[in-house]
Amino acid sequence: MAVQSAREAPVGVAERARPGVAEQALRVLGRAWRPAALLALLFAGWWVITATGLVQPYLVASPGDTFAVIGDKFDYFWQNTLVTLWETLAGFVLAIVVGVLAAVMMVYSPTIERTLYPLLLFAQVIPKIAVAPLFVVWLGFGIEPKILVALLMAFFPVVISMVTGLKSIDPEMLQLSATMGAGPLKTFYKIRMPASLPHLFSGLKIGVTLAVTGAVVGEFVGANEGLGYVIQQANGNFDTPVLFAGLVVISLLGIVLFALVELLEYFVLPWHASRRVDAATTSM
Amino acid sequence: MRMPASSPATEAPAHMDTSVEIEDVAVRFRTRRKDVTALHDVSLSVAAGEFVAIVGPSGCGKSTLLKLVSGLMKPSKGQVTLLGEKVDGPRRDIGYVFQRAALLEWRSARKNILLQAEMRGMPSAVARERADELIAMTGLTGFEDAYPHELSGGMQQRVALCRALLHRPPVLLMDEPFGALDALTREHMNIELRRIWRETGTTILLVTHSIPEAVYLADRVVVMSARPGTIDELIAVDLPLERDYGKTMSEPGFARATGRIRDLLGAATSAD
Ligand SMILES: Nc1ncnc2c1ncn2[C@@H]1O[C@H](COP(=O)(O)OP(=O)(O)O)[C@@H](O)[C@H]1O
Ligand SMILES: [Mg+2]
Repeated sequence: MAVQSAREAPVGVAERARPGVAEQALRVLGRAWRPAALLALLFAGWWVITATGLVQPYLVASPGDTFAVIGDKFDYFWQNTLVTLWETLAGFVLAIVVGVLAAVMMVYSPTIERTLYPLLLFAQVIPKIAVAPLFVVWLGFGIEPKILVALLMAFFPVVISMVTGLKSIDPEMLQLSATMGAGPLKTFYKIRMPASLPHLFSGLKIGVTLAVTGAVVGEFVGANEGLGYVIQQANGNFDTPVLFAGLVVISLLGIVLFALVELLEYFVLPWHASRRVDAATTSM
Repeated sequence: MRMPASSPATEAPAHMDTSVEIEDVAVRFRTRRKDVTALHDVSLSVAAGEFVAIVGPSGCGKSTLLKLVSGLMKPSKGQVTLLGEKVDGPRRDIGYVFQRAALLEWRSARKNILLQAEMRGMPSAVARERADELIAMTGLTGFEDAYPHELSGGMQQRVALCRALLHRPPVLLMDEPFGALDALTREHMNIELRRIWRETGTTILLVTHSIPEAVYLADRVVVMSARPGTIDELIAVDLPLERDYGKTMSEPGFARATGRIRDLLGAATSAD
């Protein structure tokens, strides 16, 4: 048997690539320089149009003013960021719980799927900015209506991706599971659930950015704290630097949350095809 | 050409217990566009420990036949008895190997093999020992911790085979298990499968497109024709139990059996 294995070894296993830390860092740098350069270019453009007086400062705040105001009012921005972060996370986590549960029910029952799908679509196409005032009327000025809008925004991509994931499983795998005498529960958590995770994560990445938008939209409608409130106050006061600072902080919040979901994916799905060294990768 | 159901060839050799009994089975699929008769008038008796290969043109119902035996599909007519018990719903006293290895990509080779044990709730010490045994038997030693995408097609199929054998099933169903492999790997797998069959005494039903594979491996070869799928002839392979791959190919019994099957399949395709 040893002879056999030795003979088969070269064709048996593809070489497993285990890049070192330095090599990995280089690879990240190699990938990161293009977006970084583009970002730098955008900043340069922003700086040029403000510095040359091409547009009035009350229309577009300069990068310098924008970042200065963040530094000056750091506590103010920090407190309001925490509020928006909390609303976003609460809405996002609820969207995951509700979305995954709905997806599981829809995949296991065609009747439930037929019943829920039109409702889901309706909930998705209705403009959240239009229903948000209603939520304020129902739920008051606290964080509840904001969480609800964030939940509504993030919910759809989570459900759709989870349904796609659960349906993507090889039917032969399920038949095999039946011949192994496994019940539906075991089949679900040993086969279907793990197989659907790559799809779910692509939905989560879209969902988390939408949850940020949802929280801010909720704050626009009626709030006395949060980044949406900051922007609205600045708008009312013609305080362009604070308005721009608010935009920058919201963008950063979205990017950081997106990156955290990607990081989680990295640890949860070490086996996924997108992680293989030779596989084509995309940055989103 | 069609043999009556009572012909001696449809009966399992008399001195052995019957492992699989297929009695006058028909399968009809009703789809939105049309009705398809996948199987018609099929009877077959397989003895315990026998190796039966099934060949036939695409779409003649070979996969359907295995699904009936495993209980993954119900016949429209007739009945199937497996190990003395009428098949009614998925059976767990079998092992199944598909053309695609159907491995879970987040599990290593060993973990994929052990899925069988986890699903069945086998004691894990027993299962691990058996897995090691099978890994050695199929030449997977050294690749236990590799993930499916790191394994060649032949290695993946070995993992699927180990998974199917882990619980020592009395009956093994194989649906074109080596169809996606290159000729050389396929030859190795044939030799290994023959050896494993000799060592374990499992009853094997193997669907294949390769006539030499069918004859080299099997005691009997079921030749099917399509539209509607039915059994044309059962060919008893006249070869010794001990079969050296190279020598077997040059035996007169080998040439006779392959020639006969080729004639039958040729007739089936020209009749289309
Ligand atoms: N689930 C199904 N629904 C409808 N028709 C099917 C289904 N499964 C198989 N068939 C039809 O039954 C026939 C036999 O199929 P199959 O057993 O897969 O053939 P083989 O394995 O010999 O190629 C084919 O004509 C196929 O189209
Ligand atoms: Mg088939």
